[in-house]
Amino acid sequence: MPLLIKRLLFFAALFVLWESVYHLNLVYSFWSPTLFPSPSGAVSQLYIGFFETGILRVAFSESMGRIFTGFILAVLIGGALGITLAVSRLADETLGSLVIALQPVPSIVWLPIALMMFQGGSSAILFVVVLGGTWAMTLNMRMGIKNVQPLLIRAARTMDYKGAELIWKVMIPASVPAALTGARLAWAFGWRALMAAELIGRGGLGRTLMDARDFYNMDLVVAIMFIISAVGLAVEYLFFSRVERKVLRRWGLQEKGSGR
Amino acid sequence: MIELGIVIRNVSKTFCSAEGDRTSTEVFSDINLEIGHGEFVTLLGPSGCGKSTLLNITAGLEEATEGSVTVDGRLVQGPGADRGVVFQEAALMPWLSVRGNVLFAVKKKLSAEEAGRRADHYLKMVHLSRFADAYPHELSGGMKQRTAIARALAMDPAILLMDEPFGALDEQTRTLLHRQLLEIWKQTEKTIVFVTHNIRESLLLSDRIVLMGARPGGIREVISVELGHPRNPLDKEFAALERRILDLLSDEISKVAKEEYGDAFAD
Repeated sequence: MPLLIKRLLFFAALFVLWESVYHLNLVYSFWSPTLFPSPSGAVSQLYIGFFETGILRVAFSESMGRIFTGFILAVLIGGALGITLAVSRLADETLGSLVIALQPVPSIVWLPIALMMFQGGSSAILFVVVLGGTWAMTLNMRMGIKNVQPLLIRAARTMDYKGAELIWKVMIPASVPAALTGARLAWAFGWRALMAAELIGRGGLGRTLMDARDFYNMDLVVAIMFIISAVGLAVEYLFFSRVERKVLRRWGLQEKGSGR
Repeated sequence: MIELGIVIRNVSKTFCSAEGDRTSTEVFSDINLEIGHGEFVTLLGPSGCGKSTLLNITAGLEEATEGSVTVDGRLVQGPGADRGVVFQEAALMPWLSVRGNVLFAVKKKLSAEEAGRRADHYLKMVHLSRFADAYPHELSGGMKQRTAIARALAMDPAILLMDEPFGALDEQTRTLLHRQLLEIWKQTEKTIVFVTHNIRESLLLSDRIVLMGARPGGIREVISVELGHPRNPLDKEFAALERRILDLLSDEISKVAKEEYGDAFAD
């Protein structure tokens, strides 16, 4: 049986099972029916939220705007920091240890400080998203630059490349695969951090999810969780995996035809 | 007086095994060699004799512990575009196309138009025009090496330094590339210094063979090959030279083997 069919059948079965439990619950009430979401209810909330009331459309575009800005900033800051750590020993020995110390701190932990610093609001959430992605990008970029094949650098030196030019024209392009891994992680951490921050902060899918809970609209809560999962899947698997496969092949890091 | 060509004077090389460690390994000492314009010289020897190290010092990629290398009277103090280098691995930039790789070598110094013309000219010379837009991962080993040669030639250096450039290729590809390299040499009149451990390769290609030995490293003998091209290994003179070099080298090889295997190696 093809993989796609297997998966479709599995999810259909899950849907049916969940829906039947929901209907049983309506009859026997072993759990408060207002607090029990149904998959069909969630789907209809998706439709209503996007095409009738528009609350999901607004929340979705707000979250997407934030993750997009945050992701770009994390990649730029992390990339620049990673390059600095890789080429300067002094920076690596001092700033590098700070990065390593900060890296295990979940970025949501920064939210209280960020809310104070930015007087609440969107900038605080953006700050948390950027911090969520920056360290992964930094460490991967640093590794990428450090692991550039010495032979490529030697070859470039025989062609009169040196100093900044060597970094810009050889080391950075050569570490694109590592940078891509960093970017993928920055996106994943950033997306998770964004949802956490929005639950506490203002606007976006996370806030709408909390609002839905406050109105006991569990179908809407589940609908938003569907969206969060779908965005994560789409970006991680459809976008990053494809780009990564192409890059790895061109950079000669993956055998032809051995795609995942 | 300015000495023309490559002049290697009293060059020694010692590797220190680690920082602060006093044990050090001498690769070779007091090497003297002069290579004239347009000459094709091979450095031939067993592994560990320092032939690649000597090439790298000439390229400016490594520093000599003592002595100096001059090119047309100018002291070698680092790598430079006057000495093109071809390594055993092609060392192509994987993110650039074949043409992009050749352009990479020249676009710093030339206008875009001139660089493009140069790239196309040398790609044609190595018979890669059809693959100009291909990427390195799509090429065979021989094609990669030809791209590397085109890249080195495109800088139009007076000297081409080649470090076992065909060592990783199969026999047929190597034979083909020998022929192409000799053609290129004739057309461009470059000075070529070619490192190899393959006796036949050195005899097929070069005007002079610098035979190097290990422990202590150094030049054992310099052999002139006064045969016209194309050369035939079945030719009597060719075979006699091959025999002679083999004899000289087998002494070297057994010496190295004795040191590495101890008395277990008896000859």
